[in-house]
Amino acid sequence: MTNAAVHIEGQQHSLHAHLHDALASPAAHAKGQQHPIKLYLVVWGWLFVLSTCSYLVDYFGIHGYLRWSLILLFMVLKAGLIVAVFMHMAWERLALAYAILLPPVLVLVFVAIMVFESDYTHLLRVVFFAPTA
Amino acid sequence: MAETALTDTVPSTARPAGWRGIAADWSSDQRAFKNVSWGKAMMWIFLLSDTFIFSCFLLSYMTARMSTTVPWPNPSEVFALNVAGKHIPLILIAIMTFILISSSGTMAMAVNFGYRRDRAKTAALMLATAAFGATFVGMQAFEWTKLIMEGVRPWANPWGAEQFGSSFFMITGFHGTHVTIGVIFLIAIARKVWRGDFDVERRGFFTSRKGYYEIVEITGLYWHFVDLVWVFIFAFFYLW
Repeated sequence: MTNAAVHIEGQQHSLHAHLHDALASPAAHAKGQQHPIKLYLVVWGWLFVLSTCSYLVDYFGIHGYLRWSLILLFMVLKAGLIVAVFMHMAWERLALAYAILLPPVLVLVFVAIMVFESDYTHLLRVVFFAPTA
Repeated sequence: MAETALTDTVPSTARPAGWRGIAADWSSDQRAFKNVSWGKAMMWIFLLSDTFIFSCFLLSYMTARMSTTVPWPNPSEVFALNVAGKHIPLILIAIMTFILISSSGTMAMAVNFGYRRDRAKTAALMLATAAFGATFVGMQAFEWTKLIMEGVRPWANPWGAEQFGSSFFMITGFHGTHVTIGVIFLIAIARKVWRGDFDVERRGFFTSRKGYYEIVEITGLYWHFVDLVWVFIFAFFYLW
């Protein structure tokens, strides 16, 4: 490509692209989200490896806390790679990243509430609705 | 036009690093997302709301599974297949996972070629993504058919806790719907890319606004999100 401004600023008017060209080339670079294809291929490869690992956890029948922690580990790594690289969150402005990534963390509070709630329900079922046999 | 003001970027975006920068971006009467177009910001906010929807599904599944006194069916066995006389646990779900990850890979590259204004490669990669997605939905239809034939219903199943069926159909059904919508979305945008709408800035049929190659990235955000949700469903529903 010869005209850098045109292909870097994917979402801009060509008119504005010219204006921006002079202003900030590093910022403009981040805007168009141009990253080497190799990066995507590497992440793709890692996602395959991590998925295989989590499948093998089941295949080899690992149980108990080791199983759960391995599943969670592979899950978090995969989710992180997808959000950071494929969805370009690693290169987005912090104001957007925090606005999007922080609220789901609060779901963990909901998880904690429901863990207590279901433990309580389970207890009641065991105490009052146990099979008579 | 008002459109120009909306898609335009605010020039002064220099801010202190870290939290002070975030506070500066959000404070006073101004645009919070400086260098992010409205389209991308709205897609992210939609995805955030969708995150909560899927969180609620997974949470209700967790609550049902934790509070039942009846043993939960073993997903490793339920989703096992007999391939060439061999009994392989969870194999269909593993293949579906790899297909969805591959579709994310082709999507990421489509976004890349889109910003390089390579029409043919962008459209081809988007259609490949759509094909992977359609394959995924097909395999899910196969899985549903198999389970329904084996007697799984939202209210009962042959192996254990009744809530298994309702959680399964609710979670995978909603995810499958998302994949299907994504395939339609991909095909629609791929058609526009192929026709060159974003090179001539042709106005959209519905919005009558000019289109840009950024829509490929926005479509990609939705698609990667569908893959992301599957990562969590795979971990919590199928592997746990």
